[in-house]
Amino acid sequence: MTPSNEPPPAIRARGLRKTYGEVVALDGLDLDVPDGTVLALLGPNGAGKTTAVSILTTLLSADGGEGTVAGVDVLAEPGRVRERIGLSGQFAAVDEVLTGRENLQMIGRLYGMTRRAARRRATELLERFSLTEAGDRPVKGYSGGMRRRLDLAGALVAEPPVLFLDEPTTGLDPRSRNELWGVIRELVADGTTLLLTTQYLEEADQLADDIVVIDKGRAIARGTADDLKASLGRSRVEVVLADSAEADAVAAVLAAHGAADAEVDIGPERRRLSVQVDDGVAALSGVLGELRATDIELRDVGLRRPTLDDVFLTLTGSATEPTDTPEVAA
Amino acid sequence: MSAVTDILVIANRNVIKIRRVPEVLIFVLLSPIMFVLLFAYVFGNSIDIQGSSYREFLIAGIFAQTVMFGGTFTGAGIAEDMQKGIIDRFRSLPMSRSAVLTGRTLSDVIYNVMSVVIMSLTGLLVGWRIRGSILDALAGYLLLLVFAYAISWIMAYLALLVPSPEVINNASFMVIFPLTFVANTFVPAESLPGPLKTFAEWNPVSSVTQASRELFGNIPPGTPEPTAWPLQNATLYTLIWVVVIIGIFAPLAIRRYAQPR
Repeated sequence: MTPSNEPPPAIRARGLRKTYGEVVALDGLDLDVPDGTVLALLGPNGAGKTTAVSILTTLLSADGGEGTVAGVDVLAEPGRVRERIGLSGQFAAVDEVLTGRENLQMIGRLYGMTRRAARRRATELLERFSLTEAGDRPVKGYSGGMRRRLDLAGALVAEPPVLFLDEPTTGLDPRSRNELWGVIRELVADGTTLLLTTQYLEEADQLADDIVVIDKGRAIARGTADDLKASLGRSRVEVVLADSAEADAVAAVLAAHGAADAEVDIGPERRRLSVQVDDGVAALSGVLGELRATDIELRDVGLRRPTLDDVFLTLTGSATEPTDTPEVAA
Repeated sequence: MSAVTDILVIANRNVIKIRRVPEVLIFVLLSPIMFVLLFAYVFGNSIDIQGSSYREFLIAGIFAQTVMFGGTFTGAGIAEDMQKGIIDRFRSLPMSRSAVLTGRTLSDVIYNVMSVVIMSLTGLLVGWRIRGSILDALAGYLLLLVFAYAISWIMAYLALLVPSPEVINNASFMVIFPLTFVANTFVPAESLPGPLKTFAEWNPVSSVTQASRELFGNIPPGTPEPTAWPLQNATLYTLIWVVVIIGIFAPLAIRRYAQPR
């Protein structure tokens, strides 16, 4: 290791490996999350995201490699790591029988707060996460979004400098997802270092400074959201026709405006056509202008931004396992 | 010091759950009543115990059986917390590594106290009496609860090994049924055939039953002395088991809990 004047990254992993019998969950993963930044670990189910988080939060042992969190070695001093982190898991780990307030107070007490401090902190967090009204009701009656907010609040009780959120919005409806994004953005603005895992490119795009795409336990790409989109997935112009007989004519128009190396996808029903483009806005207005001059009837036209599937196709040449990845509508 | 606080915080959480989930409580309270009544009235007339009424003989056996089952609440509670991810949350906190299990086993003593009280009341209704001194009787209750506490640690360890709450229930029944039936709980150990008799004589469920009968004064004068050492020294033998079980299973369970997998 060469000594340097830069502060060590808040989260650092080198060559993390974990196998379950024959299955390789992590195959030499490196991560660096500088202090006060957000890293999104993006990948499909089973890519190793949760395994990585579990190792860095001391829940799981690694078969190889090393990790430090807030400068503390994860394997050598797990207890000191736990004092410096907050974790919110994939499943909202809150006690259904307790009220929201009781959950937060309990966590505060277990972080070593006095009874009074834990009570005050619970009140603050309920307020901040718009749960004041529900705070004294058992969690059993909470909606999915409320549970996630409470779980996130639980991770923040001790104001940890490093936060891990494992798929914080998976399974939430779009409105709850937006709410949670807002909360996470505020947190990050306060300087918390965040490692976030997600299956959604859009989520990584919205929240993260840097993105690491992982598949089969290895990082297959890393960079900012813009880097990745520029290099990995291109926007597509998509046209939906009223009449499939006009598919060939429209395909010709799309080909003229598509990227030089792109092929027009005509679709099985010959009604939904799309092509990858270099400059989305220019291509879309060009296509629209040309089609308007004809009397071809269109059901829909749009600019579709790259989805995780597009990114994966570009990176691996194979599609992701079918997931509930949301389509990013134009 | 902070370990003590952590244990109390966890125990307090479990006590709140006992209060708010009355379904569990109903099962805890009804099953001993059911067992007392079933055995007293179904078997009561066909099983003949020399020099004693069967009901008098039976109650200590049901005490022992019920505190064995009390351990399943510990197992089920921990398995459920694992499944819901709450154990992982606790494991990610800078808290004592032994507090979750210790807090759980301690708060589950409440279940056992309640079921012992209910059983005693039901026993009184069907004709069971404490015929010894109050101090002896208190010692009898204490021994039952301490034994139950040891069983809780076995179940805590099993719960950390199995993948789901359903499995822990089945697994614990597989352990509990043979142990409670191949014993002197419902019939005298002497009446069992060869190998089963030996098993029953050395079975700690027998010794805790025998010790309760002695301490509650439920062994009528003139009953022949048991021939096996564990039953002659039932209280001592039970306490040895309690120490051995806790000495083995508490560290095993805590290590299993604390170790990253």
